[in-house]
This record gives sequence, C-alpha cells and structure tokens, in this order.
Amino acid sequence: MSKGNLTRRGVLKTGAVAGAGLALPTYLSAAGHEGFTNAPTGSTVTLGFNVPQSGPYADEGADELRAYELAVEHLNGEGDGGMLNTFSSKALDGTGILGKKVEYVTGDTQTKSDAARASAKSMIEKDGAIMITGGSSSGVAVAVQALCQEAGVIFMAGLTHSNDTTGKDKRANGFRHFFNSYMSGAALAPVLAANYGTDRKAYHLTADYNWGYTTEEAVRSSTEAMGWETVGSVLTPLTQTDFSSYITPVLQSDADVLVLNHYGGNMVNSLTNAVQFGLRDRVVNGKNFEIVVPLYSRLMAKGAGANVKGIFGSTNWHWSLQDEGSKAFVQSFGTKYGFPPSQAAHTCYVQALLYADAVQRAGSFAPCAVVEALEGFEFDGMGNGPTLYRAEDHQCFKDVLVVKGKENPTSEFDLLEVVEVTPVDQVTYAPDHPQFAGGALGTCNNGA
Amino acid sequence: MFGLDKKDASLLLIVTALVAFAPFLLNPFPEGSAMAQFNAGYPDLMQRFVIFGIFAIGFNILFGLTGYLSFGHAAFLGVGSYAAVWMFKLLSMNVLPAIILAVIVAGIFALIIGYVSLRRSGIYFSILTLAFAQMSFALAYSVLTPITGGETGLQLALDDPRIFGSATTAEGNIPVPGFFGLEMRDSTELVLGNWVFTFSVGYYFAAIIMLLSFYLSIRIFRSPFGMMLRAVKSNQQRLNYTGLNPRPYTLAAFVISGMYAGLAGGLMASMDPLAGAERMFWTASGEVVLMTILGGVGTLIGPVLGAGLIKYMENIISKINSDILHSWFAFLPDGLEDLVVTLIYPFIGKGWHLTLGIVFMLVVIFLPGGLVQGGQKIAGLFGRKKAQEPKNATTEPAE
Repeated sequence: MSKGNLTRRGVLKTGAVAGAGLALPTYLSAAGHEGFTNAPTGSTVTLGFNVPQSGPYADEGADELRAYELAVEHLNGEGDGGMLNTFSSKALDGTGILGKKVEYVTGDTQTKSDAARASAKSMIEKDGAIMITGGSSSGVAVAVQALCQEAGVIFMAGLTHSNDTTGKDKRANGFRHFFNSYMSGAALAPVLAANYGTDRKAYHLTADYNWGYTTEEAVRSSTEAMGWETVGSVLTPLTQTDFSSYITPVLQSDADVLVLNHYGGNMVNSLTNAVQFGLRDRVVNGKNFEIVVPLYSRLMAKGAGANVKGIFGSTNWHWSLQDEGSKAFVQSFGTKYGFPPSQAAHTCYVQALLYADAVQRAGSFAPCAVVEALEGFEFDGMGNGPTLYRAEDHQCFKDVLVVKGKENPTSEFDLLEVVEVTPVDQVTYAPDHPQFAGGALGTCNNGA
Repeated sequence: MFGLDKKDASLLLIVTALVAFAPFLLNPFPEGSAMAQFNAGYPDLMQRFVIFGIFAIGFNILFGLTGYLSFGHAAFLGVGSYAAVWMFKLLSMNVLPAIILAVIVAGIFALIIGYVSLRRSGIYFSILTLAFAQMSFALAYSVLTPITGGETGLQLALDDPRIFGSATTAEGNIPVPGFFGLEMRDSTELVLGNWVFTFSVGYYFAAIIMLLSFYLSIRIFRSPFGMMLRAVKSNQQRLNYTGLNPRPYTLAAFVISGMYAGLAGGLMASMDPLAGAERMFWTASGEVVLMTILGGVGTLIGPVLGAGLIKYMENIISKINSDILHSWFAFLPDGLEDLVVTLIYPFIGKGWHLTLGIVFMLVVIFLPGGLVQGGQKIAGLFGRKKAQEPKNATTEPAE
C-alpha cells in the first residue's frame, strides 16, 4: 500500500468524481438483456458441472465428472454415442445442443452448501453457464436448486436421495432423476418381509441430518405397515467414525434387525463396527439377527469390504443390469475409463442427456421452455426402464433396485447383486404424500 | 477530514477508490482470452471480497488490538446469517431490518460468549471460543433443525409470512432481497471492446457498508479506547497493577468484533438468502485468522487484503482443471506438456489449499508483518525518501 506522494486534494478530487460517475449509472439502470439468463450467443453453449472434488464424497464426485465428460463427448458426436442410441427420444443428433457445441466448466462443491453455491454462482456469473448439474449430497442439492431458481437457470440434480429435494424444498427450475428415501422404503419393505418375516423388531441408527431423518421415516413407515415393530431409534453425529458406543445398546435391546440409515463413510464404519460386535451371528427371539442398509452404493460396498455380504439395501441403478441402455452406457464408460460406472455416474450422465434432449425438443435454451419439455416427459432406454418425469414435483418415477451384498464377488466391482427390480407402481406416491408435504414448485424463472 | 489525520484520510480514500473501481481492476483480461480465467470481476466474488473484508476488519479489532486470538469467530457470522434470513422470512425482503437484526443478535451472542471466555487469556481463551463455536455449529446442524434448517440450511420458501412485503412476486416466485426497491441481484454491464465489466447493486451496497466499517475501525484504532486495547496486548499485568480492569475493554472489543462478524453474516444472507451451519464450522473460524495474519495483524488495511487473497484463491485457483492447463501449455511438445501439467496439477483445482498453505508459509517466514509489510518493503525499494516505516501502522501509540 504505497501512498507515495499523492496529495490529499488530488486524491480527494479524483476519488469523488470517479466515485460519483461510477455510482450513478449503476443505480439508475436495471438489468435487461436477452430474455433469459446466459442465453448462448456464439456457436457454443456452456454447462456447469458442480461436483464434490474434495471432502467425504470426493470419490463419487470424480465418477460424476467422468460421466459428464462422457455425456459431453456423446452430445458433440464423439465416441460411440452411448445411451443416445438407446434413448427413446431421438431429438439429439450428435451435433451438440441445437447445433451449438457443448462446452463445460467444473467446480468443487466441497459437500458444503456455501461452497457449492459460490461455485455455482461463479459458473453462472462468470462463465455464463446455462444449466448447473451435479452434487452428491441432498443439502447441497437443495441449496444449489434454490440458487438456480433465483438466478433463472436449470438445475439437474445429481445424486440426492432425501425426500426434501422434490418434497418440501422442490423448485420449478430443479429436476431430479435419482430415486428417494420413500422409494427405498417402499421397495425394500416387501423384500425384507419375504426374507426376514413380518414379525420383526427393528432398531434404527440414523445419521443426524435431513437425509437421515427422511430415510428413517420412510423405512420405518414402510416396515411398520407390514407388521414390523420399531423398538429403538438413535441419532448419530455425521462426523462420528466409531459407532461402538451406539452398537452396545442394540445388543441389550430385544431388537432382531438393525437398520443403518447411514451413507458414505458413516455406513462403512457403522457396518464394520456392527459386524465386529458379532451382530450377524446373534440369535434373538429365535431369529437370526439381520442388518439392513437402505441406500447402497458400489463405492460404499467397496469400503465395507466383506462385511456387506448378504446385506439388503436399495440402489438407483447397477452396472450389471442387462437392458440395452445400461449395456451401452457401461460399454462406453468402460472403454474410456477402464472400469464400470457407479450409480452416481449413471444418474449424472442421464441428467445431462435429458437436459440436452429437452432443449432440443423445446427448440430453446430458455429455462421455462425446458421445464415445459421435461414436465410429464416419458422416456425409456436410459437403464431404468420406462420412466416418467412427473410434472407435479419434477421427480423421476422408475423401477427401483433392491440389492444384496454378493457372497462371492468375482472382481472388486462385482460387489452387489440385484435381488429384485421393484416395479415403478409400487414406489409411486401422491405428490402431496405426508413425507413430501409442504413447499411448492413456484413458477419457472427465466432470470434476467 | 472526518476526524482523521492526513495519513488515515488518504488511506481511506485509496481504499474507496479501489473498491469503487473494483469491477475494472479485477477484470483486467479481455473476455475469451486464455487469461480470462483469472478475472475476478464478477458480482459474487466481489461481494465476497468486501463481505469477508468486513469480517476480517472486525476480527482484527479483537486480535490485532488486544492480542486475544478468538478461534470461534465464525459462530457470530453464522448467527448473523440466520438472523437475517429469519427477517427475510418473517418481515420483508428489505435488507435493512435483516442487517440490523443480524448485528444485534451477533452482538448479544458475543456478549454471552465473551463474558465467559474472557475470564481466561491466551490459549485457554482460544480453546474456549473454539468450543463455543463448535457447540453452535453442532446445535445449528442437528439439534436446532426447526430453527436453522439443519444440514440443508435455512432457506426462503413461498409460504413464508413476510408480513411487511409480498410473500411472492407477481410471477409466483420467491422475491429477491432488496434495499427499498433496489434489488441486490440487479446488475448492469458495460461492454468496451472485448472487455465486459459488471456493476452489481449488491456489490456496491456491500462496498459502501464495508467502507463505513473500515472508517469506524480507523476511528477505533486511533481512539483512547483503541489505546487501552493496545495496552492490554502489550502488557496486561502492568495494566492490572496500574489499577485498571482490562476486562470491560476486552469484552467491548469482543462484542464489537462479534457485531462486525454479524454484519458480514447479515450481508452475506442479503446477497444470497441462505444460511448454512457450515458457516460456523471451525475451519471457517480458522479462515478469518488466516486472512488477518496473511494480510498483516494489527494493520488497518491488512485484513482486507488477506480476505481478498484467500477468496481469490478459493474461487479462481480452484476452478482451474487439467483441461485448462493442457490448453495453456498446448504449445509445448507433447511429452513436455504432460510433464508441466503433472507438475502444476497438484497446486490447482482441489489442490488450492496446498497453494494457499505454501503462500501462507512464505508470508509468515519472510513477511511476518503480512502483505502490508511486503507492500512497505516494495515501497521502501522504490521510494525516494527514506521509507518512513509503519505507514498504516498501528503497533505504536497514536499521539
């Protein structure tokens, strides 16, 4: 800060004149441009990929980014086209979106709402992104979704499982392809009843934040509906790494099922602790003690290793599915990166394609046109069978997979086996279902 | 001018000029050029610069003057944000009541925490503040979910009451925070050739508040009260023996600096109406300590510079990915290009923390006085007259 030989009078004069000159136009004029935020003007269009690159979900973020890069390749007509060949809508032709080449910018959400919003804002304000997508946590998804609503761009949620994303925090500019807690509960309950009987006493360990609450509620109401009894429920801090002190009370209760409403590292640790305490060898009330993990991912199964064998859970998609869409996606992802994609990669890839397709069909990048094209859109060939983007809450309705930790894995990726594909009718709920009550979509926002 | 001596007045004017012309100064590279990556002149980041500037200025009043190192200052920032968002939910989208309440609530909160924590000094004080901040974080994250929104954060909703304003806009959306009709998100663009400069209402609003708080901090630094605080820093024992009780002074400084943090939190919520618990996490408290030390503890302008540097790195360096690196070094032969990219890669993108750490180490080792000392050294090299040392300085008594 050299202030050298500036005279007070000189500085004062320049400062005052310049300040006044600058402030005046700023305060008098309002924003008004092309009709919607970041309308693409040149020969390219920029998408913003906002994924966790550091923090607890960095692995998933990295996989999401790989999927997005693949999607951009396919949209621009490079590579083998992947799911574009199996997608039921044929609007996309491999020449970008509406003839504009797709470019992208990336950002790090750090799995923090603030950082995610800062990153999304810089993509919108600095890089001119027309759509933001990604994320691996419901808190972040909800925060970024609200931001996109305000800014007038489309948000295509990545991995977010909490009911709130399309429940009480839903927004007109936001869309979710991933399934949710309610669907997990509804899909799991019949399988659990078939395997473990209808006369069970469940004990819940729940991560102490929104996703944990909604997941516990969902699993609880579905299992209680078929006759189970919930004997205990304990909240565990998200930062907990050792769950021993939470497992001991389970041993003392007369519960015969433990439900771990944990995700990521939490689930890896709690499951490992539970197995170490010999829960799986226990016999209570004359029945074998069982453990259930409502939301599974391959990356978690990898972390928990042999402990996942035989444990039930639900998942949005799995690479071993044999439909044409899944095969095409696994094929092109595997060719490019050398290993199969995770469910996070799948949902992100599909979201990118769905957005591009909606723009193409709408013939415009304007968010309201895209919203209209996506609402009530029915499609197939994306790996989950026939799927509906419901207009009332912008949630995708499709089959849900119930999976089980594989007893004899053949490779480090082959950790889960699909037990049942729960048909979509069984996981469909009314838009005003109590678990999704409150909140309103509002109207779509085109921004400035 | 304004009751400042010549030196301080010119410092204030320089800062005013820098802040007023920030949209130009921060956008030196034309749009579309390879260097445009380093442009920082977009509203969100500029707002962050001044808001964290306020936060750091306030922190410096406590740390720089009294030497009490609070490790829980982010708690006040978080409390301020929550207060502001609640005002948006209940009262109206005008930022004025929100910011006022944010400052008041943060002040009360600081009074309670300060009253307890200031019974100890040194490391014990730091640990106490850290404990309180982590407690607030844990409360906000889960226990108080109905008030704070928990992990998802506190957000506006369409069905909020907003008794003094409309709950929804004509189009059926959530209204945007504004200052008597001036919407914070509004901006206007000036296109000069290849350069695009964005002037945002929110930025200038925050900037004016920042200048006011900067002015206030100069007055505090130069006041008899500031003198007392420095006395606490230099030798508290001696102060005790002269029959003065330092606690009211330190408590006042603690509350003032807490209110600054609350102001920053309220502004943050005004620019982006959301309050999340991670704003209170201990890393956020650590960040403001870094900002202050990086810029120069106990100097007037230092904390603002430190805040700017850290926010710049967080938002600009972290956005550079390997594709961008490859495009920069595309002119090199293939093998060499890959080598250079591999060497630089750990320091960009998610590796920005590493870069920040290195910068921090270099500053602490070679410039213990922070960036301000660096500036003085450079000025000393080129200055005609013998560098008349501490320019913005503060560690010595003001007559």
